[in-house]
Amino acid sequence: MAESLIYRELGGTGRRYWTLLALLAVPLTLGAVAYFYVEHYGHIVTGMDNQIVWGMPHVFAVFLVVAATGALNIAVAASVFGKTLYRPVAALSALVSLALLVGGLALLMLDLGRSDRMIVAITQLNSESIFALRVIFYDGFMLSVGVYLWFLLERRMNRYVKPAAIVAFLWQLLLITTTGLEFGFNFREVYDSVLYAPMFIAFSSAYGTAVFVLILFAVCGWEERPVSDELLRRLKKLLGISVGASLFFAVLFLGSKYELARSRDVARFLLFDGGVYTALLWLGQLAIGGIMPLALLLRSQVSRAALAAACVLVVLGGLAQMYVTLIGGQAYPQILFPGMIESSSFFDGEIHPYTPSLPEVLLGIGGIALAASIIAIALRALALLPTRLDQPAKPQA
Amino acid sequence: MSADSNDGLSRRGFLAISAATLGGVMLAPGIRLIEIAGARAPEQAVSGQVRWGLLIDTNKCAPGCDDCVKACATENGIKATGHPRTDAQWIRKVELKDMRTGRAHSAPVMCQHCEHPPCVDVCPTGASFKRADGIVLVDRHICIGCRYCMMACPYKARSIVFEEVTNQNPDVPRGKGCVEGCTLCVHRIDREQQPACVEACTKAGHNAMIFGDLNDPQSDIAQRVAKYASTQIRADLRLNPGVRYQGL
Repeated sequence: MAESLIYRELGGTGRRYWTLLALLAVPLTLGAVAYFYVEHYGHIVTGMDNQIVWGMPHVFAVFLVVAATGALNIAVAASVFGKTLYRPVAALSALVSLALLVGGLALLMLDLGRSDRMIVAITQLNSESIFALRVIFYDGFMLSVGVYLWFLLERRMNRYVKPAAIVAFLWQLLLITTTGLEFGFNFREVYDSVLYAPMFIAFSSAYGTAVFVLILFAVCGWEERPVSDELLRRLKKLLGISVGASLFFAVLFLGSKYELARSRDVARFLLFDGGVYTALLWLGQLAIGGIMPLALLLRSQVSRAALAAACVLVVLGGLAQMYVTLIGGQAYPQILFPGMIESSSFFDGEIHPYTPSLPEVLLGIGGIALAASIIAIALRALALLPTRLDQPAKPQA
Repeated sequence: MSADSNDGLSRRGFLAISAATLGGVMLAPGIRLIEIAGARAPEQAVSGQVRWGLLIDTNKCAPGCDDCVKACATENGIKATGHPRTDAQWIRKVELKDMRTGRAHSAPVMCQHCEHPPCVDVCPTGASFKRADGIVLVDRHICIGCRYCMMACPYKARSIVFEEVTNQNPDVPRGKGCVEGCTLCVHRIDREQQPACVEACTKAGHNAMIFGDLNDPQSDIAQRVAKYASTQIRADLRLNPGVRYQGL
């Protein structure tokens, strides 16, 4: 029973934990060095230019933000929709969500052209800006998930968990919908579709669940905390539905782009002529991130190794999807004069090339390492996860 | 004259004159402001009654001529760094060829100084802003270099500075990591001069670019826009740019 569960911090004072932190410090340090390098020399040392203005750090950052919102699904299922089976892992779900968001936001801020002026984004907040509104959405999400986590951990506040979870759920919905619409409302040819909103909700659920399951496996494997087959079966189902929905929306989006005459050229670019973007779309997003994990998850008996493999595939596919969406979306030329062939010294009418530089990739990996470090340190400091996850569950609400 | 009557009259007169003077002192600046609102003195704030704009006749724009581009670069201190993909371009000549008819022509494209600029809508700090007279600018003091405006601009009119900038034009400060774009040569407009591109085009004898106040019915640009058909780039987006084209 949930009441009889004993929640424990990550145990041991041994070398293993410190080795883990030391290992995480390597990509963190490299990320910091990459940041200072770009900050010193300017974005000239990245692969970005005046055609492709958001590069690899944004690919990692948006992936982390999208996964962050989805990772909360398990906590929402437990505390809003009464799925008691998830209750023991609800706190971990909230922690993963917060950590991924912090990692993603750190990347967004460190990749600014003038990151030394980060504070200006607060002191000079333009209340009419969609982007500034997102600052409020991010803060609200972090605050509501933080309060939910606090209520969950503090016995006296336990009775307020459900209202707190509902608030966090609403913020989650707001954040992921606007993340999708941020693309959908853009005038660029690849974007410009309201399907981005539901599509990103599906993506977030898939990526967030996959990351959550991988962290659950890592933590439980670390200390040999047993996990019940029932919990994994449920998570497998959630992941399967999310991946299926992601595939459905991706096909709907690409199909609708191809079907409409005004966007057929850009659909052809993505589907057939886009070189690396076409390869990443078919092989990365659709095959590795969609069909393969779905094939693994749809089997009646799914081993833990197969579930873990499916999660890794979903994460890799998610990164490929972000690359196609973000970089591919900018690589395709902006059409100023429909019906005309355009050319200029500013590379109008051309497919823009982009090769990420090492500092960009290191910065991105640093963001992931930051999220992982937050999870490792929080699990050590707070009793967020029960010692056993194989206790018989209460009947579902 | 009796001293009494003189005293009485002068008192009334004094009060009347005082009241008139006081009223005059209080009302005159307001009247003066109304009077000069249409014709701004350099030291006064810009007025929303003015809408600066450009009319570009692509029929007169000579293929291969880039006098406007060179003039812009000179005026604003924009130098080639040897990395064309990262170099800033505030104005460029876009060569166009109709896919069906094969008709070729070219058009200078710069910030279109929209009435509803998407760059201003998305800017998180308010660094992207529109002046009362319709000129869209970037405040380099509060631009954080997020590039969101570059993503949002449908005209690909903005650049970010990728490297340190040296030997700048004091009128046009630029800085690494900040976004920038055509200012319509706002520093020249405020000195009642024409934008550098327009001046260069006129000097070359092409007269393809006309600058002026779209709100002033007496101005050349307003009269031409009223008389001849002109178009806006991506008019379907309904941003109402201040730059209009003929011959597209």
